[in-house]
Amino acid sequence: MLLVHCPVCGAEGDETDFHGGGQAHVRRPATHDPANVGDAAQGEYLFMRHNARGLHFERWRCDRSCGKWFHAARDTVTMEFKAFYGITELPPRALMEAATGEWAAYFKDKLAAGKSS
Amino acid sequence: MSNKPYRLAQGGSHIDRTQRVHFTFDGKPLTGFAGDTLASAVMASGSRLFGRSFKYHRPRGIVGLGSEEMNALVGVGDGARHEPNLRATQVELFDGLHAVSQNRWPSLTFDVGAINSRFSRFLPGGFYYKTFMWPQSFWKHVYEPLIRRSAGLGKAPEGRDPDSYEQIHVHCDVLVVGGGLAGLTAAKAAAASGAKVLLADENPELGGMGDLTAGSINGACVIDHAKVIAAELLDADNAHVLRRSTVVGHWHHNYLMIFERVGDHDPALLASGAPRHRLWKVRAKQVIMATGAIERPIAFANNDRPGIMLASAASALVERYGVAPGVNGIVFTNNDNAYLTALSLKKAGITVRVVDSRARADGTLIERTKSEGIEVSMGSVISAVEGSMGVTGVRVAAYRRGQGRVITERKIACDFIAMSGGFNPALHLWCHNGGKIKFDDGLQSFRPDQHHDAVMAVGAANGTMDVAATVGEAQMAGEAAAKAVFPKARFPKFKSPEIKEPSRAPLEPLWFAPATGKYNEGNKHFIDFQNDVTVADLELAQREGYESVEHTKRYTTFGMATDQGKTSNINGLGVVSEATGKSIPEIGVTTFRPPYSPFSFGSIAGVLTKDLFLPVRCTPAYQWHVDRGATFEPVGQWRRAYTYTGNGEDRQASINREILAVRHKVGLLDASTLGKIEIKGPDAAEFLDRIYTNTFSTLKVGKCRYGLMMNELGFLTDDGVTVRLAEDHFLMHTTSGGADRIAAWLEEWLQTEWTQYKVFVTPVTEQWAQFAIAGPRARNVLAKLAPDFDISHEAFPHMSFREGKLGAYPVRVFRISFSGEQSYEVATPANLGRGLWDAIMDVGQELGIEPYGTEALHVLRAEKGFIVVGDETDGTTTPIDVGLDGLVSKKKPDFIGKRSLEQSYLKGPYRKQLVGLLTEEASEVLPDGAYAVRVVKDKPPMEMIGQVTSSYYSPTLERSIAMALIENGRARMGETLSFPVEGNKVIRAKIVDPVFYDKEGVRQNV
Repeated sequence: MLLVHCPVCGAEGDETDFHGGGQAHVRRPATHDPANVGDAAQGEYLFMRHNARGLHFERWRCDRSCGKWFHAARDTVTMEFKAFYGITELPPRALMEAATGEWAAYFKDKLAAGKSS
Repeated sequence: MSNKPYRLAQGGSHIDRTQRVHFTFDGKPLTGFAGDTLASAVMASGSRLFGRSFKYHRPRGIVGLGSEEMNALVGVGDGARHEPNLRATQVELFDGLHAVSQNRWPSLTFDVGAINSRFSRFLPGGFYYKTFMWPQSFWKHVYEPLIRRSAGLGKAPEGRDPDSYEQIHVHCDVLVVGGGLAGLTAAKAAAASGAKVLLADENPELGGMGDLTAGSINGACVIDHAKVIAAELLDADNAHVLRRSTVVGHWHHNYLMIFERVGDHDPALLASGAPRHRLWKVRAKQVIMATGAIERPIAFANNDRPGIMLASAASALVERYGVAPGVNGIVFTNNDNAYLTALSLKKAGITVRVVDSRARADGTLIERTKSEGIEVSMGSVISAVEGSMGVTGVRVAAYRRGQGRVITERKIACDFIAMSGGFNPALHLWCHNGGKIKFDDGLQSFRPDQHHDAVMAVGAANGTMDVAATVGEAQMAGEAAAKAVFPKARFPKFKSPEIKEPSRAPLEPLWFAPATGKYNEGNKHFIDFQNDVTVADLELAQREGYESVEHTKRYTTFGMATDQGKTSNINGLGVVSEATGKSIPEIGVTTFRPPYSPFSFGSIAGVLTKDLFLPVRCTPAYQWHVDRGATFEPVGQWRRAYTYTGNGEDRQASINREILAVRHKVGLLDASTLGKIEIKGPDAAEFLDRIYTNTFSTLKVGKCRYGLMMNELGFLTDDGVTVRLAEDHFLMHTTSGGADRIAAWLEEWLQTEWTQYKVFVTPVTEQWAQFAIAGPRARNVLAKLAPDFDISHEAFPHMSFREGKLGAYPVRVFRISFSGEQSYEVATPANLGRGLWDAIMDVGQELGIEPYGTEALHVLRAEKGFIVVGDETDGTTTPIDVGLDGLVSKKKPDFIGKRSLEQSYLKGPYRKQLVGLLTEEASEVLPDGAYAVRVVKDKPPMEMIGQVTSSYYSPTLERSIAMALIENGRARMGETLSFPVEGNKVIRAKIVDPVFYDKEGVRQNV
């Protein structure tokens, strides 16, 4: 039973007080350029998710308190939450740098552009 | 059964000989003393037999001393209070207790199922998989009932549970699991800093195994020292001690559940209103595992006979309950600890011998045993047990480590055996939450390694078996835990006590004792007693290729009984290790899963039973429906009137009457449950264009539009009518069941994808009572309600909206129709709802108004071919499948699901499409969900080409109608399909347009 902290309203509670919303930072291609979304890109968006062993980034909703969505960085091995951050934000820089595998590839450009939360 | 006096004249730290307690076991009246367990009291009566084993129905007695007991499962209590599958070693005796043995028929001493034992060569490991595979039809009618009857555990109680249960949520700084010497020491150390400490122990008495441990602390017995600490903790304000409380599970972030048996042991407490069980849900900042260790049995031939028990259990019988396990016993061991048992037995006047598998060992306890004149046979094992309902004697064979056959042996008469194969740290809770473990050669068992959560293990749970080291590490752990919570905590200086304890020789692994004759013929070396898994079964699994220990476990069911392998796990690994030549660490352990021991459903439900199980939502007019004799159906958490059968009609008659009233006169429906969501803000229109398949930005103020919603996969997820109340303000209607889901869905898109939109989403379902007045006389009814706005067809046409007053009632009126008739949905604030309902019924009286329920609503809409999301759709249905392509915008660049709808796999000709069906026999109603098949055959399987989604008798058309999703259905108009249904019958129906009535839609438009 994970202990989750909402960065929006500050509520702390059991994971059953929250709603897990799957992987974070999934880009919806149709929002940006609806006329040019290939079959493969759409398939990727709908079905393909990272399955990180270790540091992972995911979406949560504060169900029983403020109702807001937020992001969390979690270690899928130890279950430890490393950070909670806003739904429109990128993770703290240190965590983006610590990311491995598909996540490292995803954050590479962002880091180069100097973005983080 | 023997009449020998097994209650010793003296001794028994747990019992009070001045208080006699009367109880029955299998109907036989017996007596014991206050403080006895059911196990000790029955043993004191001279009985050894507690049950029959699961598969072979072998007679079984007590083996353990607490929750590790695997054989003596009993049912306790009568009628609705009966609780099955309790361990007799944990059932505390009270006056009037009724207990019964389980899994025996017709009686404990004569059991028909014991024939399984004779045929055991036909019940090898994996027998479930091998035996019952064919013929397939036998499974349901022959094999399963047989297995259920013969291999069942206890019987569930009948009737409603009369007791109460509760749950409590707590946070603590330090949770200590286990109240033995280690746990008490750690708890005291942590509490000294002021930390909030919770200690839970599963036994009625604190002190753990202290009373069965050799040595002294500051000159006192270990148990006396422990009791002093226990008393201090019970006194401390910042410590809470739970007894009879098992920590059943340990989950992420130090979340633990404690199952407290509050009233099981004391009927007076229950009668005074105490809950029977209490489930504690604990979030602990630090956890200290002091769960102790569980003794291992030894795998020797027929090691399951009644009278064969763990050495610790034999000691406990003597020391705690003053009960002799027999008069002439053998202690069979591979370690020094069991010598304590021998000394205990000797002191109680019981004849005892020691059989030790080690060639030599020279600990203090061994010397003391020998000097007491107890015969010790080193380098020996028990190779055979004589007797079946009990032990009458053994054969003892000379043994060298690893030896597989018996060379020389001798007979010894005895009536019980106390065995000890070493101790396994109780790692279950450590591992539930992902703790790592490592193999310890000295213990020949696993012990805790790293843990990623704030958890420490101390004492025997940590593999620390001597007293001095236990006290030291428990003190340090307690202080460390408190320091982790309060970094500035100060502790009183700890003065290490003076501890004396015997030196011990190392144990030697003994995973299998060779048997007289061939061990797999007539001899069974049990590993998992409760599931009847033997060494031979485990070896067979290896020969058949089940190399992974997880496969071995499932194939043989070893470790899968209610005791979760407490005593069998490591022994099983030892056997697999010897069979495969791999070391135990190489084999690895199977996964430990919660619960540590079974706990009651009552405690899981807590107070959330009966009315509190699921809150029921009632509309403002609910009581009217009840008074009118409505039958109700659940829609989400709502209870909606299904039909009004109050005047003695059957349901079909009342449904037909209601439908005809709407078609010919006027009907009134309580539609308050309909989901209502207000959407407001400058970007509201653009947002809705993203959400719906069709366009809402073009909707004029005061107008209504039916909309479809897809999910991102292109499948229909909800529908409903949305109204534009103002330029920047919409009211969305959703399905009754979808209201909460859709509101959350809208929020999710606003918050996570289109964060730039300035839009508020407000669910208002409960704020409004909403009623549909439908039928050719609907406008007449509305007129009688004194509207302050023009309700003529020209001024207030179909699909438009007016806000105003009906007499005194402020209302929103939507001219929308789900019945195909002239129809007005009238919404008023919820608190006025009942009044408006009554007013409508009043004025409608002379126009023949009748209330109609949800079934009439469904038939009316089916006659019109209107879909219901969830009936005509199943989560893989697109708008095109149901023929609503016209509502899918081709102009809008993006809306949810649009891009997916263009994927090739949603465009194929094989898609199932919505059609209407007319059965050949007009009165025959197709069963809902019936399958259409391509070709009818004598028996399944038949290729299915679609299914009925809605099916009704239509009183309007005086025949049955149905809708169905049929492969490529729209191209098959006029074709007749076959629907095989139960009873070898085939119903034939013709594919037609799904709109059965008023195809032009004239009636709603007048």
